[in-house]
Amino acid sequence: MSIDESAIKALPYPVSPADEAELAAFVGESHARATPMCIAGGGTRVQPGSVEAEHMVTTRNMSGIVTYEPGALTLIARAGTPLQEVEDVLAEEGQTLAFEPMDHREILGSIGTPTVGGMVSANVSGPRRIQAGACRDHLLGVRFVDGRGRTIKNGGRVMKNVTGLDLGKLLCGSYGTLGVLTEVALKTLPLAETEKSLRIAGVTPREALEVFVAALATSFEVSGAAFHAGTAWLRVEGFEAQVDYRVGRLKELLFDREIDVVAHAASRSVWRDLRNVKHLAASEHAIWRILVKPTDAPDVMEALDQLGGEASVDWGGGLVWFSGAAPSVAVRRAVGAGRAILLRCGSLPAADLFPAENSAVAQISAALRKTFDPAGIFNPGLMGN
Amino acid sequence: MPTIAMPEPDLGILARASQIIERLTAVVSAEAVISDPQETRAYECDALAAYRCPPLAVVLPRNTEEVSAAMKVCHEMGVPVIPRGAGTSLAGGALPTADSVVIGIMRLRDILEIDTANRFVRVQTGVTNLSVSAELEASGFFYAPDPSSQLACTIAGNIAMNSGGAHCLKYGVTTNNLMGLRMVMASGEVVDLGGPLLGSGGLDILGVLCGSEGQLGIVTEATLRILPKPEGARPILIGFDSAETAGECVARIIRSGLLPVAIEYMDDVCLRAVDAFANAGYPKCAAVLIVEVEGSEDEVLYQIERIRQVAEELKPVEFRTSRNADESLAIWKGRKSAFGAMGRLGDYLCLDGTVPVSKLPSTLKRIGELSKDYGLEVANVFHAGDGNMHPLILFNANAPGELERAEAFGADILRLCVDVGGCLTGEHGVGIEKRDLMTKQYSADDLAIQMEIKSVFDPDWLLNSTKVFPLEASKPYRDKAVRG
Repeated sequence: MSIDESAIKALPYPVSPADEAELAAFVGESHARATPMCIAGGGTRVQPGSVEAEHMVTTRNMSGIVTYEPGALTLIARAGTPLQEVEDVLAEEGQTLAFEPMDHREILGSIGTPTVGGMVSANVSGPRRIQAGACRDHLLGVRFVDGRGRTIKNGGRVMKNVTGLDLGKLLCGSYGTLGVLTEVALKTLPLAETEKSLRIAGVTPREALEVFVAALATSFEVSGAAFHAGTAWLRVEGFEAQVDYRVGRLKELLFDREIDVVAHAASRSVWRDLRNVKHLAASEHAIWRILVKPTDAPDVMEALDQLGGEASVDWGGGLVWFSGAAPSVAVRRAVGAGRAILLRCGSLPAADLFPAENSAVAQISAALRKTFDPAGIFNPGLMGN
Repeated sequence: MPTIAMPEPDLGILARASQIIERLTAVVSAEAVISDPQETRAYECDALAAYRCPPLAVVLPRNTEEVSAAMKVCHEMGVPVIPRGAGTSLAGGALPTADSVVIGIMRLRDILEIDTANRFVRVQTGVTNLSVSAELEASGFFYAPDPSSQLACTIAGNIAMNSGGAHCLKYGVTTNNLMGLRMVMASGEVVDLGGPLLGSGGLDILGVLCGSEGQLGIVTEATLRILPKPEGARPILIGFDSAETAGECVARIIRSGLLPVAIEYMDDVCLRAVDAFANAGYPKCAAVLIVEVEGSEDEVLYQIERIRQVAEELKPVEFRTSRNADESLAIWKGRKSAFGAMGRLGDYLCLDGTVPVSKLPSTLKRIGELSKDYGLEVANVFHAGDGNMHPLILFNANAPGELERAEAFGADILRLCVDVGGCLTGEHGVGIEKRDLMTKQYSADDLAIQMEIKSVFDPDWLLNSTKVFPLEASKPYRDKAVRG
């Protein structure tokens, strides 16, 4: 393992504020002194060396579900609430976070407890993103502490809200560089009663993409479309009769392919592994998450193949996973600018985590960072430098 | 007199009007600039027609380059700009000031790219919402957000207000269906954000642009997510003898694990108006829900049965399922003509607060009490599945003091929405209408950071600057901005 597990285990938690006020006071002081901090929820995604900071601040003591109303499809939780706790509470009511957040621990070889705050900060979204949207699409409101130590709320707990600027979207996927989240309001959705998956073995990336394009143009609400090691997967969810009907129709549509159907628990297990990119966990090298236009995926796979390593596809072609020894410059050249995020550094430098943005966008991003965090104390160097 | 104040125009700008018009005419084609007072009057208001003010000039560019050129002139000369789509805003989002130049994008009407394999469409933002789906008709895809004004409203306006519609319970609002955009910044610079990818490697700037009410930039092109059309869809009509029971039914349907594509609510005042106007044949009762489900024939029947089980526990006075396309149209007919029908009853203010679905029954009850206190009738017709209420306050604009009373009543309803955990506006935007209520929902710091973000995009506060934020709160930012 090139990942330094001991470094993650050894991450200190010198600052674990008990509540928002304590956090705000600490941040306010850090702002005044311009002392940088590394921000973590449960510490499951922090890459060693990615942030030069004086303190590690974690929200893990700010934990607990504030409100859960199944009839309103709404859950509000403090940022440090373990994701598992949220998922358990939702499952009891037959609901879920439809964007299917992945668990990074397998590929990062990390320990710790994923939190809802960390999930929102990284906009973590799994295979169902193609059908249900990303974490950012299910985020209804946030509370956070900005870089001056101000406590800010934005959005709310209702699904339709256009009252002022939507700062939640900016915070979601900002990896703690704009503010420290203290509370998030999320839209929940009913769990599907059942699921089945179509397994189409012995296909090339190009054939898999053809399958995805055909299946995703149907009204059967395919909620997973992934490809790995010569096998394409399609997932259908719903009530029993509906799933059977849709699987039948998809088989008719893909009549020239050889198809197995995997049902229920076995299907869930397949998608759990695909979601967590388990097939790359054993790799020694860096792991990349690459956003592509779906029909470009086969070409991107070919280009990555030239570099050596292993690649797979999710989101119907929209997301390519890659693990290989190639240097960052080569990977980014192969896939196109602004698209490849280094999720696990392996032997590559942590400074390579995020892609460069075009200059106009980079300027706006830098000005936004300066507005949220004038002294540059939140996860300095992590994003957009 | 209407109660919402607008700042006095900048006399310095008015004095330079002819130079401004001259410079605009030099950078865009002459026929794209309107300055004749007879003609600028057509742009003096939007659908919040109680407030009117003709602008100094109107520019109707033909492409992004002309938008950029006009914006650059305004930027250099320190002239406020009011971006305008089709002018259907119910919140005064497109209301000009006398010292402003309206930049309208309604001539940017090209569909640039339809890519069903990658499930997106790229359009110029002056296209109407409905025409996007119309263009897709043959491909079997559609664009999901469907605001009531979809025949007229533009994609630019939809992005500015993060518009929703009846079907967003399942498909989400504009922000969930917007993948990329091209925008002209306040400086005139053209910036591209996002594209046909499911995310970006940086900050979600697209997310903050959507719903920013024309305050951060003028969006001229958009990449929109498109979806395959469902196999079929069918509405059900459920009547109840009390508003609260109807509200309860909404929460129970959602709780049951079904996700209908729409749940619409109409109360008795609205039902009477609709019946007289559209002869929709609705039952005479306290409240009606229209629930729409999608799928194949069997899937539709299964879901209807499940909804019947949930509804019957609450003893509805009527449970009507459509048996064919004509009956489906009949069920929707009344709902779709509701706003037109209400217009025949007289003047009305249309509100847009959202409340948690669980608070619908108590909120409806309280609105009924307030209606008695104010002596003004209110009709409720709204998207119940997501708690987005549209109380329509009926008043007579010719009766002295009634508009003011209606506005005060409306403000009370919106405060109530915030008090029960909701928000001031679900899909119409703040505009000028709810501007001064923002302090009810947000603290001084909550508003300060939003205004600081506006300054990132528009340091001189030229774009739609007298909207969204209470004038008193935005004054320091507007004053600091260098003018001309």
